[in-house]
Amino acid sequence: MSNIPSNLKYTKEHEWVADNGDGTVTIGITDHAQAALGDVTFVDLPKEGDSFAAGDVFGTVESVKAASDLYCPVAGEVVAVNGELDGAPESVNSDPYGAAWMIKVKLSNAAELGDLLDAAGYQAVL
Amino acid sequence: MLKGMIDPLLQRTPLYDFHVRHGARIVPFSGWEMPVQYSTIIEEHFAVRQQAGLFDVSHMGEARVIGPDVVRFLDYVMTNTYSPLKVGQAKYTLMCQPDGGCVDDVIVYRMGAEEFFICLNAGNAAKDIEWLREQAKGFAVTVADECKLWAQLAIQGPKAEGILAKLTATPLGEIKRFCFAQGTVAGVDGCIISRTGYTGSPGFEVYIPAAGAETVAEAMLAAGKDEGLKLAGLGARDSLRLEACYPLYGHEISEVISPLQAGLDWVVKFGKTEQFLGQPALNEQRAGGLPSKIIFFKLEDRRIARTGATVFAGDSAVGEVRSGTFSPCLSQPIGSALVRIPEAEQPNLTVDIRGTRIPLMVVSEPFFK
Repeated sequence: MSNIPSNLKYTKEHEWVADNGDGTVTIGITDHAQAALGDVTFVDLPKEGDSFAAGDVFGTVESVKAASDLYCPVAGEVVAVNGELDGAPESVNSDPYGAAWMIKVKLSNAAELGDLLDAAGYQAVL
Repeated sequence: MLKGMIDPLLQRTPLYDFHVRHGARIVPFSGWEMPVQYSTIIEEHFAVRQQAGLFDVSHMGEARVIGPDVVRFLDYVMTNTYSPLKVGQAKYTLMCQPDGGCVDDVIVYRMGAEEFFICLNAGNAAKDIEWLREQAKGFAVTVADECKLWAQLAIQGPKAEGILAKLTATPLGEIKRFCFAQGTVAGVDGCIISRTGYTGSPGFEVYIPAAGAETVAEAMLAAGKDEGLKLAGLGARDSLRLEACYPLYGHEISEVISPLQAGLDWVVKFGKTEQFLGQPALNEQRAGGLPSKIIFFKLEDRRIARTGATVFAGDSAVGEVRSGTFSPCLSQPIGSALVRIPEAEQPNLTVDIRGTRIPLMVVSEPFFK
């Protein structure tokens, strides 16, 4: 069974979103996603200052088996990127909700958070 | 997710329940429900390189060809030559179409003076047997379909021989590479123990009468427990064979990629007494020059070039990637591509990965030997 923390929001595309309470959110991929991908070998992330609309591709996660696009769950500007993933992509497999956070985004429209799935809603799409 | 789903069109090996019991992730492959991994592909890959890995390859097909004309028949239908082969020896070969394309790549074992055993690719087995029977018209041979009779386990890695030795009285040290013996393994009689493999690491492939498959698999797992033996799936099988630069049917060889294009000249014997099937077309390819050829490459990058990615020389598309994965031993992406000649010989090829052109570092030797 995959781990779905109740304090996070989710997308059908298997990203998680943590509301940091200061107008920013932290984004990564779920335990279910990392298990489906298998050994992650590379995470291609955007730069600080890049802007995305909700649903835009913001990067790629590459595993031995496949490359998968990462979709930005909310609109906003990237204010931080997890550079540690470059040297330790395998942390996506071992700690998808912690060490393997991917980007922090300053929300352009906080109301979009309401469109995301809660843990029960995400469990239902698996 | 796929575990437990039943597709009536897919076949299961005699070890299906064994895989489920040992936590495999099952995927459809060449018409079979097969384990792609048990732990992680990289972990299983390193187990084979450093200790040992155990693969169920029972999806592979088997045929037995018997008759007074069998040697002459094999020398006609195969590109390699079988007249010099002794009982207890095996040889890798291609089966070619009249136009030089490949029907399949197979291993042929000599069981007796007039009896040979052939290991066929899973996805090609039915087609191969039909092909062999068709070509056998006019030869005094019979082609028996033995696909359902056999299971096959590959035990591969530096510890493989020691583990297998615990389960059989057959003296493994006397079996040289590409040779085999018939014997008892874990109490199961009638096994064929062959020093062959598809990983680039040393080891054995063991053909087991289907009813004994689970007994042998459990015994190997138990015998290898303290030696670091791990169950390994098709995922690791692919990364291992690609590090060894072994061709996979449908990728580096196919109905439209000839053995010469794949660089398999060493198993194409042009000097046989009589012409083999496909020889005139291959003669022509050799004389007139090949249109394209398979190259193996690595990338100084983290992105993996996947099957179908376009290869460029300057701004011209000159080929496509045929296999691509991450090499655990190199910690780099590796792959193969079919590239037009003469561009295949040029130093500045690139591959397009999601809009970025990455330089191809063409290699002349396997990544792992």
